[in-house]
Amino acid sequence: MNINWFKYSSPQTFYPLAGRMIPWFAWLAAAFAIVGLYISFAIAPTDFQQGEAYRIIFVHVPAAWMSMVIYIVMAGWAALGLALNARLSAMMAQALAPTGAIFTLIALVTGSLWGKPMWGTWWVWDARLTSELILLFLYLGFIALQSSIDDTRRADRAGALLALVGVVNVPIIYFSVKWWNTLHQGSTISMGAAPKMVTTMLIGMLLMALAFWMYTIAVALMRVRCIMLERERSSEWVKQLSGGNS
Amino acid sequence: MQWASWTAFFNMGGYAFYVWFSFGLTVLCMAWEVLALRKRSAAALRLSRLLAQD
Repeated sequence: MNINWFKYSSPQTFYPLAGRMIPWFAWLAAAFAIVGLYISFAIAPTDFQQGEAYRIIFVHVPAAWMSMVIYIVMAGWAALGLALNARLSAMMAQALAPTGAIFTLIALVTGSLWGKPMWGTWWVWDARLTSELILLFLYLGFIALQSSIDDTRRADRAGALLALVGVVNVPIIYFSVKWWNTLHQGSTISMGAAPKMVTTMLIGMLLMALAFWMYTIAVALMRVRCIMLERERSSEWVKQLSGGNS
Repeated sequence: MQWASWTAFFNMGGYAFYVWFSFGLTVLCMAWEVLALRKRSAAALRLSRLLAQD
């Protein structure tokens, strides 16, 4: 195999490639979501403790996972952009931030909607909830910082630094239910231990997580294409692209 | 199937508000994000087409 990866690291080659990838990921997301929702609502049994309210898990947990995963991937791209001075890496980081922020918001709100009937309160200032809220602020801070600096190179650098510093928060979120006393229930799934849930519930949750993954890739590719066009408006490849019919 | 009737399904064992709000919010956020990106991409293409004509 002799693939020249650097070829795809330039926007003019990545732009059409991303365009061809988007429909595949969008269809995969839809397929996983349809099967996942069917299992979540029609097959997964009622929880013996939480009744039907537990079904919030099928959006809450995948959204919370994505909020953390996207942050790590975003920080990874930002670091790569910082180290190699690569334009596309910085654009990828920028493209992921809003989607990460949306999943964080979904995780927080659905968590609140689950907490009210189960704990009797919408919100507590415990470690899990507070660190997830900080994650939301990190995403919003990253977006605000980048958009407040006109020089894109400096904006990318500043954003990358913020993203990298904020990475510390991700393990804090993940382990918070172990390290501190909390109302939030412990991990249902952890590495090295059998999942503490019925298999159909687990499968439903994993399918929803896969759907969210595919959705995230599709949406991030859509956004990175917009960013490429906006940033490189005056470059020759955008002019050729716009002059033609594609 | 877990449900005796559609009414039972929509009622969600008395937790209808919490469950449907959660799923509805998720769907709305995703739909909004995709629509906003389509608009953004159309606008970006329109502008670069204008610039390419100059």
